[in-house]
Amino acid sequence: GPLAERPLMEVRLGELHTWISTCSFSAQGLLGAVQRAWGSYCAKYIHVKQGGPAGISMLLAGYCLLSYGWNYQHFSKASCFRNS
Amino acid sequence: VLHTTRPLHTTQQSLAPVPPLPEKGGEVRHGLIPEEFFQFLYPKTGVTGPYMLGTGLLLYLLSKEIYVVNHETAAAACILTVIVYAIKKFGPDVAAFADKLNEEKMASALAMKNDTIQTLQTAIEEEKKEQWRAEGRSYLFDAKRNNIAMLLEANYRERLLTVYNEVKKRLDYQVALQNLKRQKEQDHMIQWVEKNVVQSITPQQQKESIAKCILDLKALSKSAHAAV
Repeated sequence: GPLAERPLMEVRLGELHTWISTCSFSAQGLLGAVQRAWGSYCAKYIHVKQGGPAGISMLLAGYCLLSYGWNYQHFSKASCFRNS
Repeated sequence: VLHTTRPLHTTQQSLAPVPPLPEKGGEVRHGLIPEEFFQFLYPKTGVTGPYMLGTGLLLYLLSKEIYVVNHETAAAACILTVIVYAIKKFGPDVAAFADKLNEEKMASALAMKNDTIQTLQTAIEEEKKEQWRAEGRSYLFDAKRNNIAMLLEANYRERLLTVYNEVKKRLDYQVALQNLKRQKEQDHMIQWVEKNVVQSITPQQQKESIAKCILDLKALSKSAHAAV
């Protein structure tokens, strides 16, 4: 289909910047994108007949990474004080 | 207020029946990384590519102190070991239990559906039977008509008999009356004749007749003696 309406996974690397220029960065557009992403993740890993640990474990791993990233300053400061 | 200019039901889409859920989720390796990542790197780097990428990334993060090793690292390692062990050990049991719950729900829903279908089938058959029964109503009406005709006929004949009996009684009465009258006339006449005859017999005639009778008797007795 046309470039503007393809989901992210079907866009090639070369067309990436054109694709980004076509998507809307308004509040509604971003909210719609977040909703669609969450919906596709749920449909793929959670709303299945025989799901495994993969569904939540990926969410937990993402949460761990995010919280590490937010608290990076604190970690680096603590280790600096301890190592020296 | 319904805006009649808005078109309704223009698409073929409908909410029922709901499509069934997919059997298995997306493939995930080591519980964390989706299979698409490995497939994405396979053409360029082969099978070991993603693992080399992972190792290199890990060493880079550790050496540059982007990932700081502190007490929480040890805690995380212990917790992860316990979690992985628990999943490996109790995973299949929990999965079987969940599957059993699902199966029970499905079985009850299916049983309900089958029961409803069965009830409706029996209802259809009963209805057909009732329709077949209704076809025989002509026979019923014929029988009823016959009954009524028979009743009318019997009633008519009863009344005819009553009429006959009544008429016969009246006629018999007349006949008996006439007979009685004639009888009475006859008796009266006989009596009157006898009375008159007895009255007409004078004493003189009586003596003469008695003497004649005696003479006759003597003559008879003589003839009888002679016969003997």
